[in-house]
Amino acid sequence: MWQPEIEAMGRDALRYLQEDRFRQVWAHIWDDAPVQRGLLRDAGAERGDAPSLDGISKLPFTDKKAFTEHYPFGLFAVPREKVIRLHSTSGTTNKPSMGGYTVSDMQNWKDLIARICAAAGVTGGDTAQVAFGYGMFTGGFGLHQGLEQMGVTILPMSSGQTEKQLMMMRDIGPTVLVSTPSYALYLSEAVREAGIKGEIKLRVGLFGGEGHTPEMAAKIEENLGITATSNYGLCELGGPGLSGECLERKGLHIAEDHYYCEIIDSETGEVLPEGETGELVVTSLTREALPLIRYRTKDITRLTYEPCACGRTHARMAPVIGRSDDMLIIRGVNVFPSQIESVLIRQEHIGPHYMLVVRREGVTDTLEVQVELVDGSVLESFPMLEQIQGSIREQIRNILGLTVKVTLVAPQSVERFMGKARRVKDERGK
Amino acid sequence: MVIEQVSVFVENKKGSLKDILGILADGGVDLRAISIADTSDFGILRMIVPEPDATLELFRSRGVTASKTQVTGCKLHDEPGALHKVLSTLCDADISVEYIYAFLTRSAGDAYVILRVEDNAAARDVLQRAGHSLISQDDILTL
Ligand SMILES: [Zn+2]
Repeated sequence: MWQPEIEAMGRDALRYLQEDRFRQVWAHIWDDAPVQRGLLRDAGAERGDAPSLDGISKLPFTDKKAFTEHYPFGLFAVPREKVIRLHSTSGTTNKPSMGGYTVSDMQNWKDLIARICAAAGVTGGDTAQVAFGYGMFTGGFGLHQGLEQMGVTILPMSSGQTEKQLMMMRDIGPTVLVSTPSYALYLSEAVREAGIKGEIKLRVGLFGGEGHTPEMAAKIEENLGITATSNYGLCELGGPGLSGECLERKGLHIAEDHYYCEIIDSETGEVLPEGETGELVVTSLTREALPLIRYRTKDITRLTYEPCACGRTHARMAPVIGRSDDMLIIRGVNVFPSQIESVLIRQEHIGPHYMLVVRREGVTDTLEVQVELVDGSVLESFPMLEQIQGSIREQIRNILGLTVKVTLVAPQSVERFMGKARRVKDERGK
Repeated sequence: MVIEQVSVFVENKKGSLKDILGILADGGVDLRAISIADTSDFGILRMIVPEPDATLELFRSRGVTASKTQVTGCKLHDEPGALHKVLSTLCDADISVEYIYAFLTRSAGDAYVILRVEDNAAARDVLQRAGHSLISQDDILTL
């Protein structure tokens, strides 16, 4: 552990620390953060009634809209000269969220990254290939600085230039790969095709910046011969390091001394009991540049406070299963496209692109899953084609408890997207 | 005595069969026999063409899911009961037919059937011994 005195501290002491820090955030916001203060005032809160964390559910939420409306610096709670770094989200159509760090924020960030790296089994003797993009994205510089703090040798490759990435893997022998899961999958396929798995020394992968399915992680592990771990963070809340998997890989430990987390029902805003799945809401406890109360991440997960075999006492969040924006409610069942994708990625004979079409027939909602049949070898018999449909339908029913219609369509007929894919057509109410 | 059949996946929506036939027309492919089987969701179009490899390549280059299979072709006298005799021969030999389709050609008096069976070699063997005449890929070129 990077900071065992904190990462393995007793739950009571941790709660005491959180309460103490929350009171400091409260004061900092009333003193220095006009926008956040305004939100609290509008909701009827007063500086004098500093709530405990037990009463936090009475406070209003903050969301991404606040970042857009007050772009770029409206949410900052320190004078500009105290801000030593800016990072931002990738938005270009809407204004991106601008994140900032003070000297103290930066030191905390380095420690948080060192924690998730140590939790994934990285030590000072390792060499890390950082294939995250370096730039405004928090991932590249974030991981870089935390790894540097640990004394890890860094290969600051950034993303892209796959040939060169492979060359470095062979020539330098890095033991750690830092990347988005999708680029890691791409790199791992390139390694497999080049047949150089035996010549590389990668041992562990630290993947973040986007979600991934267990099937995707398994594929990367197989291609590269590594242990894949996942980490999480948001630019608005200070970037990666908010949580990361330990080698038990039964959830991502949240840095609870820096972040207080709740799970809410994204429709009603009500806080849900421990273990239930809903939207993650985060209150920052130490951030100087950008303190936030009850920030709605839109990410859907669940929390557990059960002790972990690794010895860390901090709560764990399940890998994010989707965004609340993407959630479909069909016949009372919550459906995330990622859940359907996890079935499709394992299915032979079909391509990776799919479309979900939701319709209302009479009073019943129906979900159609369109997938492209790409493998001609199954054309010999109807039973084989029907078996593909049946197998997809059955697996989705097992996961969601929902019967869907599976339609095989011709290759290239599912719409392709540059950038973020829109895989849902909701035709209800049309 | 092998005949190669090309199968393509056809979506069950307006215009998709026309699009497939458009590809064949563009490629100047002369169809010798054609059969379509469909469910409410999709269909499989099966065809006999003079150059199956080139036709398969044509479909694939246009992004159509296609494959090639071996089938058995049999020449029939164009008279009542001819097909019944062929099927009886196979049935007696315990060979089941997955699907069958017939086609006529320019030469009067003859009809042809395409038979899809599990074991083409066995089917050809019993058909020949029972006196039926089989057709080959070369015959397709001249039919
Ligand atoms: Zn653990």
